[in-house]
Amino acid sequence: MWLIRIAWRNFQYRALSSLLTTLSLTLGVALVVLVLAVVGIVSEAFSRNAQVGYNLVVGPKGSALQLTLNSVYYLSQPIENLPFTEYMEFFDKDTRAKMVRTYGGDPALGERAGKYSAHTNGGFAIPLALGDYLGEYRVVGTTPQFFEDLRYGPELTEPFSFREGRALKSYTEENSFFEAVLGFRVAKTMNLKVGDTFNSTHGDPEGMGHGQGFVVVGVMEPTGTPNDRVALVNLEGFYLLEKHAKPLNGDEVIAPATEGIVDAKGFKQITIPEREVTSILIRSGNPMLGVVLQNTINESLRAQAAAPAGEITKLMDAFIGPVLTALLVITLITCVVAAVGVLVAIYNSMNDRRRDIAVMRALGARRDSVTAIILAESLLIAVIGAVAGWLLAHGTIWLASGVIEQQVGIQVGIFSVSEYETWVFPLVIMLALFAGFLPAMSAYRTNVATNLSA
Amino acid sequence: MLNPYSDGSGGEVLQITNLIMRYDQPGGGSLAVLDIPEFSIGTGEQLAMVGQSGGGKTTLLHLIAGLLAPTSGSIKLAGVELSTLSEQGRDRCRAANVGYVFQTFNLLPAFTALENVQLGMAFGQRPVDTARAKDLLDRVGLSDRMTYKPRQLSVGQQQRVAIARALACKPKLLLADEPTANVDPASADSVLDLIINSCRDEDIALLMVTHAMEVTERFSRVDRLDEINRVLLATQSEN
Repeated sequence: MWLIRIAWRNFQYRALSSLLTTLSLTLGVALVVLVLAVVGIVSEAFSRNAQVGYNLVVGPKGSALQLTLNSVYYLSQPIENLPFTEYMEFFDKDTRAKMVRTYGGDPALGERAGKYSAHTNGGFAIPLALGDYLGEYRVVGTTPQFFEDLRYGPELTEPFSFREGRALKSYTEENSFFEAVLGFRVAKTMNLKVGDTFNSTHGDPEGMGHGQGFVVVGVMEPTGTPNDRVALVNLEGFYLLEKHAKPLNGDEVIAPATEGIVDAKGFKQITIPEREVTSILIRSGNPMLGVVLQNTINESLRAQAAAPAGEITKLMDAFIGPVLTALLVITLITCVVAAVGVLVAIYNSMNDRRRDIAVMRALGARRDSVTAIILAESLLIAVIGAVAGWLLAHGTIWLASGVIEQQVGIQVGIFSVSEYETWVFPLVIMLALFAGFLPAMSAYRTNVATNLSA
Repeated sequence: MLNPYSDGSGGEVLQITNLIMRYDQPGGGSLAVLDIPEFSIGTGEQLAMVGQSGGGKTTLLHLIAGLLAPTSGSIKLAGVELSTLSEQGRDRCRAANVGYVFQTFNLLPAFTALENVQLGMAFGQRPVDTARAKDLLDRVGLSDRMTYKPRQLSVGQQQRVAIARALACKPKLLLADEPTANVDPASADSVLDLIINSCRDEDIALLMVTHAMEVTERFSRVDRLDEINRVLLATQSEN
């Protein structure tokens, strides 16, 4: 106990030097903890966003990563479109027949089950149609099933909830096919609320505005997923915008719709040959067989299936992981530099304290006692620096927690500890022991007789 | 508590036999500093050792305290032969049996007067006795200066703290290395009184080395280093 007390007194006696050394260690530790937190938040954001209740994304042949980025994250450009019939392959015979009756199309489509329908029995297939923008945000056409089947959150159990309004409906008397639900950030940035109407632009944010607008019927609560920055519109309405229907060749077999809806203004759902989807979000009925479905789709001529989690892991491993690792290494180097500062500060003070050490030896202190005092002083700096650095970092994270939650939807508290953070403290202690070793050896070798007589 | 570094006989606290101390010289060879055939101090005995500067007085104190190991010979401190002890053993023996008062006080500047006295006990086998530390400071007249740092004390006060520190571990032998050399004459008397009286009160043997003849007047036994150290005797006969 007295050794620590002596070390603490020495720390206090050289207050300025001790505080500056501790400060450098504090900043080093804070940097490491902050970088670890950022790594944790980025990784969590990516992995969380890659799991929103579906295990496959199906799109046209091309880059699986691009498909994941544009369909899961609403980033990057869509590859191409798939015919609607590809989407129909995920449904049983009855559903396909009903689609033919509702939209109009080749009756043969309704005479067989979709070739992947066995896999999605018990799961779901949700179509996405991309290509329009609301300001900088994507406008994505989809079905009400998006809100019924998708879940988010750490356990994938939370359904989308609404800050105001409700989910999309296939058709309503007041809004026809032209309803939209906005992600939290879209509504906030674009200053839109339930009841407002917006017109999307075609092709890119600066593109031509569509004449037909969408009525906002809901604004989602923040989810911390890419869905915070998307405007989801009714797929039927999306198809009805100019240039969104695929031009017909004239050789298509189209049986007229018998169960379709025509609204008051004469808008009616377009036929199956005119329909395309950019991608399809798939949850297989048996998630264990997702790989089988993925392989089956990938063997087909037109479509590919990507597992978002796998693609994001590859992206993390290839690009983001190394960058974060480099960042972490740099901050660890700052910790080592700070530890060298501790070494220099204590070592430089050794000349002043040789007499003190000699006096303590004359009072009966053993060589290992004075060695331990120097190491304890180094450890004190490390412990104070580590605790202060940790508090500084977590205080900063806590101050930024509102922004973090808003931006990536991850809740971080003042005591949220990232995965590798528990290693920081032992690491700093190790560094401090290394830093204190040289001065401690100098203390060990102090010649008592010479220094008492000096 | 039984002191493992004392034979408990209560006879001579220090017994030196055929002590030789040589220092290696940079150019090779060695320089003899001490050659003492016989020297002892009884329990509670007070002794002034007189000698000229550079005559080996401080080296003798360091040898007695176990801070230095002799080239040859025997030093028995509280009945324990120091040469049989490891360096750690000598450290423990010193902590248990020896109090040390330095010419330059050597208080640790980071610590208060009370903590400096407590340090006198911190490295021993027994727990730090704060009550005794306070009592000692009271006895040296510094009960109102316990929380003062050395730089806040006068030179005389600093030496009194050093005396209290040397007495803290209830040593069997107090080594005082010219303790009045750096204090003014008025303070020197009181410092001397304090050391002599405290040692008498606590039955502590005292070995005070000095080159000031006025200090020796307070001692019933005064030894001259040049009479017991054959190195100095040889030098004198050569001259």
